[in-house]
Amino acid sequence: MYTKQVLDHFRNPRNLGALKNSDAIGQKGNPACGDVMKIYLKVGSRDGDGTAKQEYIQDIRFETLGCAAAIAVSSLLTEAAKGKSLKEAKAITKNRIIEDAGGLPPAKIHCSMLGIDALREAIDNYQQSK
Amino acid sequence: MQKIYLDHSATTPMNEKVLDAMMPYFTSEFGNATSIHTFGQKASLAVQRARENTALFLNCKASEVVFTSGATEANNIAILGLIKALQKNNLGKIHIITSTIEHPAVLECFQLLEKEDDIEVSYLPVNSKGIVSKDEFEKLIKDNTVFVSMMYVNNETGAVQPILDIAKTIKKVKEKRKKEGAKFPLYFHTDAVQAANFFSCDVKDLGVDLMSLSGHKISGPKGVGVLFVKDNIVLEPIQFGGHQEKGLRSGTLNVPGIVGIGEALLFAEDRRKTNSKKVSGLRDMLIEGVTENIPDVVLNGDMDNISPFHANLGFKGIEGESILLDLDFEGIAVSTGSACASGALNPSHVLLAMGIRKEDAHGAIRFTLGSSNTEKEIETVIEKLPKIIKRLRKIAPKN
Repeated sequence: MYTKQVLDHFRNPRNLGALKNSDAIGQKGNPACGDVMKIYLKVGSRDGDGTAKQEYIQDIRFETLGCAAAIAVSSLLTEAAKGKSLKEAKAITKNRIIEDAGGLPPAKIHCSMLGIDALREAIDNYQQSK
Repeated sequence: MQKIYLDHSATTPMNEKVLDAMMPYFTSEFGNATSIHTFGQKASLAVQRARENTALFLNCKASEVVFTSGATEANNIAILGLIKALQKNNLGKIHIITSTIEHPAVLECFQLLEKEDDIEVSYLPVNSKGIVSKDEFEKLIKDNTVFVSMMYVNNETGAVQPILDIAKTIKKVKEKRKKEGAKFPLYFHTDAVQAANFFSCDVKDLGVDLMSLSGHKISGPKGVGVLFVKDNIVLEPIQFGGHQEKGLRSGTLNVPGIVGIGEALLFAEDRRKTNSKKVSGLRDMLIEGVTENIPDVVLNGDMDNISPFHANLGFKGIEGESILLDLDFEGIAVSTGSACASGALNPSHVLLAMGIRKEDAHGAIRFTLGSSNTEKEIETVIEKLPKIIKRLRKIAPKN
């Protein structure tokens, strides 16, 4: 029922664990629903297109309570977001992650959104804290 | 890699003797059991033998055995067929009872009937060990209660229900009604699918009017089941066609399947006597090994009141499906208490009915053992599981 990509990321999650000295955290879901996703961000600054500096995701980590899809999606999402500007990272779509996963069982698609929501929340938290 | 099957509540491997008995009825003895010619007669004879084997197992008459496509169909015919028949008797409003922990094949029939104006449904709750109370049951009975369906052994936790006590209460009510000349009858159905391997299914001892069995849970084939219907109980058909099985289950008889379930039931009695101890010994070893080696694990159920082959264990702080998949990578097959894996996202209705918190119900794993499991296999599970739980707890957020 799961694709090779999902099983790979479930078995070998990338960017796993808490990030010490993170600049922002986002968390979505609750244990009663069986899914909790927590995203840690380290934000860096680099030369942008113009003269302004661009803030980007220098490092990202996750912790997830959930099914294999939830864990794999979190892992895939961190890979997709790493190195992206905050604006680009916020624009990562559900479809992009489902594509990276090689598809998800329909009943599991809701949890991919949770990870994206946690990432957006982390970015919002960062921007508000400045 | 060594494969370890611990999901016998889902289905069992078929006994080879059962397969041998079935084989001729796919090919050389392929006749339709209702055909009058020799081909048909041979098939019909085989069905008759299977019916007698089944009757022997149930301690009933062969004429009281109805073959179905499985336990789901048997449950549907028993519940919907009986109520449909009762509704023809102009009884007015009727009341029916089931438990909160039934298999969906029972529960959803009641939910369907509940929508009808003349039917009231009560759901008997369970205690924290997953068992219904006889006293609570007695309190639910009303003057117009006409039907009770209560499972024998729960499929998720293995909790054994007090079927004998329920039957006794029903008998008492019936006697009282008879004396008073009350117009309402009262019938008792039990879904005995998970009981047939390890518990007596003697319908006279149990005092049931209707009982459902499944072939593939007892080392028989899939796609065949049994409904015991006590003589003189009138059921209305819920499917229509060629009037097979006394009109209750229209459709060409599944001769190989019927031969298979008949054969499997022949062995069931022996199996019950010889295997019960062995299986429960391995199960106890599993529970002990897991709870000793892993922190924050609970048994969802009561050791004194669960079937010999069940162990439903709750692992705190993890989602069951992740455990299932990690175990599967090690060649170990189990199932989740959470329905998440099967498409629905809510945790098990059985565990929630026991008062288990949603977050804990998500972490349930059902181990169901069989007679072919070995001590070495259980040792392997006890060795592999702690690492899996550790890994998954590490992935989860700490707060």
